Amino acid sequence: MKIIVAIKRVVDYNVRVQVKPNGTGVATDGVKMSINPFDEIAIEEALRIKEAGKAEEVIVVTIGSNDAQQQLRTALAMGADRAILVESNSEIQSLKAATSLLNIVEKEQPGLVIMGKQAIDDDNNQTPQMLATLWQRPQATFVSKLEINGESALATREVDAGLETIEVTLPAVISTDLRLNEPRFVKLPDIMKAKRKPLDVIGINNTIEGFNDNELNVTKFESPQPREKGIMVESVDELIAVLKEKGLV
Amino acid sequence: MSKILILAQHDGNAINQGTSKAVTAAKQIDGASIDLIIFSDDVNTIAAEAAKLEGVATVHAVTTSNENWKLAAGVAPKIAELATGYTHVFGPSTTFGKDVMPCVAALLGQNQISDIMQVIDANTFKRPIYAGNAVITVTSNHDKIVATIRTASFKTGDMNSGSAAIENHSVDTVQSDTKFVELQSGNSERPDLQTASKVISGGRGLGSEENFEIMYKLADKIGAATGASRAAVDAGYCPNEMQVGQTGKIIAPDLYMSFGISGAIQHLTGIKDAGTIVAINKDADAPIYEVADVGLAGDLFKIVPELMEKL
Repeated sequence: MKIIVAIKRVVDYNVRVQVKPNGTGVATDGVKMSINPFDEIAIEEALRIKEAGKAEEVIVVTIGSNDAQQQLRTALAMGADRAILVESNSEIQSLKAATSLLNIVEKEQPGLVIMGKQAIDDDNNQTPQMLATLWQRPQATFVSKLEINGESALATREVDAGLETIEVTLPAVISTDLRLNEPRFVKLPDIMKAKRKPLDVIGINNTIEGFNDNELNVTKFESPQPREKGIMVESVDELIAVLKEKGLV
Repeated sequence: MSKILILAQHDGNAINQGTSKAVTAAKQIDGASIDLIIFSDDVNTIAAEAAKLEGVATVHAVTTSNENWKLAAGVAPKIAELATGYTHVFGPSTTFGKDVMPCVAALLGQNQISDIMQVIDANTFKRPIYAGNAVITVTSNHDKIVATIRTASFKTGDMNSGSAAIENHSVDTVQSDTKFVELQSGNSERPDLQTASKVISGGRGLGSEENFEIMYKLADKIGAATGASRAAVDAGYCPNEMQVGQTGKIIAPDLYMSFGISGAIQHLTGIKDAGTIVAINKDADAPIYEVADVGLAGDLFKIVPELMEKL
């Protein structure tokens, strides 16, 4: 079985993003970029499945600018076997991303596609579900435990009410939640080795033939409304007095 | 004119309040007519409940085989099919809505507008990105808008006095590639975290699962729900359904009291809409104090017992 892991290059999760003063976007110049943390968990899960002898090859795919090769190399250093960059120099919305990934999936015929449940930049939480729908294969989203049993997978999902378990027939799309695993650290020799692993680049237009993009228009970026500045109290009595005054206790 | 179809969520017994919040958002679109779609293997009773949501004209009650109504694959195709006559299809931004709605969007060939926090007009909405560190205005000029509604941004409406018509449908296709196995739920007697007016929330500062008990005790004392930071859940102090934040629950209680939570931006995004935020942390420089309305720096193991005694 092959596993495809789809990743996204995003502003590192430690960066506190600022909206540009003219409202046209967020400032990303010179900002640290990383693999979307949920996607890093997806890579780790694919590697563990391979290491358990349940998959032969892990292929990591991203859609983005040429700079995203850095993140693909990191994934290769973690242990992925080869990488594909679907090159696009403009922002890609979810349906186009899913359509492009479908093209790769149809060529590679993986038994599993694993990807993060959402990217921490646009917080959309759409692409895995869209890919599963377009591919007409099952989805297991927000997965915190995954067990591969031959032709099927048992997935435990983090849902509002607790933990839901579903069984999906493979091939299927899995979207990862935070507690699925803890991704490994990359070691220096692996970074050197990763430089020699295959990385193919294809233009996005070769993957989305005939696709009619119903894009959404983003017309304005703004900072969120700040909360009013609060007060510090010195004692529990003072705290209770404030809460009583507000009618909260 | 806008015709809006809303996916109703339920647990077999009651309509999830996220449904009502989605109705509230839909009502903010001028002249909108609002219908619901609800799925169950035993749909009549729950559809009657859905019909009580004020402002809803018709409830499409869809009968599914066994537990297929809990699965995206079991409901998305029917929603897309019935969406033909609608301009908008909304779902709540719950894990159920997040699972299902992008499938509907893909079937309809649309991008989804996720987590609408404000309705500007029928085609224009605001939504948060970067864990709420930026807000974007999104416009669609397509014939169908598929969206999820950020539940913390809209109020629960009247869920008792409506009298919508009920139209029956069924899903005939059997999908066998996805099977529901089980739901493990805390089954707490406490108020529901997503809708509670008060929330007591604990973080890494609690130190252990045993210590976390004082959060439950304090919550019971004031009739609050309990929440937690990701760190507390990761450390195994409490179950995942208590996680508040970017990837957990986004909540808007009147009172949010946090104990031993430092306040990572991913956590803060989950509580920004709370009425009053109280922070109790031993580190007086913790980022939680930047959003707190009332802060008290100190040892929570001394402060909580004192609160228990004096409240």
